[in-house]
Amino acid sequence: MAITIKKNVETEGLIRRIEQMTGTDLSTCYQCKRCTSGCPVSKLAGSPPSEIMRRLHLKAGDELLDSEIVWMCVSCETCSARCPMGIDVAAVMDALRQLAREKKAAPQEGNVPLFNRAFLETVKFFGRTYDIAMIAAYKLGTRKFMDDTEKFPSMLKKRKIALLPSLKGDRKTTRRIFQKANERKEAER
Amino acid sequence: MKYGYFPGCSADSTARDMHTSTVAVAQALGIELIEPKGWTCCGATAGHQTDRFLSVALPAASLAKVKDDGLDMVVSCAACYNRMKVANHEIQQSDEMRRAVADALGRDYDGSVRVRHFLEVLLEDLGIDKVAALAKHSLGGLKVACYYGCLLVRPNEVTKFDDPENPTSLDRLVNALGGEGLEWPHKVECCGGGLSMSRTDVVVSLTDAILEMAKASGAQCVTVGCPMCQINLDMRQLDIRKQMGKSHDMPIVYITQLLGLCLGVPAQQLGLEKLMIPAGDIVKTIGSAA
Repeated sequence: MAITIKKNVETEGLIRRIEQMTGTDLSTCYQCKRCTSGCPVSKLAGSPPSEIMRRLHLKAGDELLDSEIVWMCVSCETCSARCPMGIDVAAVMDALRQLAREKKAAPQEGNVPLFNRAFLETVKFFGRTYDIAMIAAYKLGTRKFMDDTEKFPSMLKKRKIALLPSLKGDRKTTRRIFQKANERKEAER
Repeated sequence: MKYGYFPGCSADSTARDMHTSTVAVAQALGIELIEPKGWTCCGATAGHQTDRFLSVALPAASLAKVKDDGLDMVVSCAACYNRMKVANHEIQQSDEMRRAVADALGRDYDGSVRVRHFLEVLLEDLGIDKVAALAKHSLGGLKVACYYGCLLVRPNEVTKFDDPENPTSLDRLVNALGGEGLEWPHKVECCGGGLSMSRTDVVVSLTDAILEMAKASGAQCVTVGCPMCQINLDMRQLDIRKQMGKSHDMPIVYITQLLGLCLGVPAQQLGLEKLMIPAGDIVKTIGSAA
């Protein structure tokens, strides 16, 4: 398959930054495609993991962050487990997601960054997850109000959704962790 | 036998049954589980997809709470188990990370608390023979597709759980209880995990393939050790029915629910009524088998 690379102003593209973030040497990838063969979403997403690796070799820039697989990746880590060169491909995906958020790449179908934010906000606030608040924040953002609503009555009846948040977690420590994470991000900039 | 026990956030919501069945089984087997006071969320997938430090410090906060008691941390959720093991690994690998985490927690944590899945405690500490000897009922030849998913087995150099491509821990337990752990190829395929809400389409497609294979392999039920796998495989069957017109009608039960039935724990305590796809036939089979 032909790969077209749009050259960025940074001539090195993203590869050095990704290597730095993940502590891996991506040049050892020799395109055996075991990652892609085992990837559960490679058939659904446009560019499979081996292609992402190749694009990085060819000095792809920010356009890589718009690839569907960046947010369709399910973090199952099959790619990392099967790489004969021991490349942590799943960590590369995590790094791409962090860059996509930093560089504000356009949100994709399903808006996973919004979901992650909604999830972590409830953790920051309550120390533990609180599904109702998380779901509300996510639905408000995506405007997909009707998805899964037909399941709510039975889930409530089966107490699979808690009406009230748990307040038993050590919220003080959790908040300090989030604060430190922010400070570290600021220091990097 | 005394352990620290981390129920995980889903114990209060979608996986209440995983929690109650773990606690009931532990009690029946004489295993003491102690919840550390003030445990907090491990950050799950959202954590590691967002920020590496966050993904290490969040689980470390709970691990530090059992450190001084010298207890192992037993976890029933495969996702929390995975995040805790990775956090320990990263803290042991990097002094910089250890210092940053200590700064956030207000105390040093060296990454040394042993993290165990409840299944590991059953197999390694108690032993399969002892568990089987305590069983009052047999699984009565029940054909079970044992599904391990991702988070127990990967990354294997960190979790060190069983064989990463063909694990047999669940199968060995099922066989010892008089069931039949099936040979099937989807043991460690992914169910779609945390994309359940954001990319339901992806999860429906992945779970359908897994359920299809379980059925083709002759399974009467699928057993799991992860709340994400459970809810995706169980609840998304309603979407598969609606969108594809296929009824798999495959009960997805936690291994602790199956074991609990064998140990004679009342079905109510095991939360079996919480399953979206009912497991009534299985309960009847096990209840009537000697």
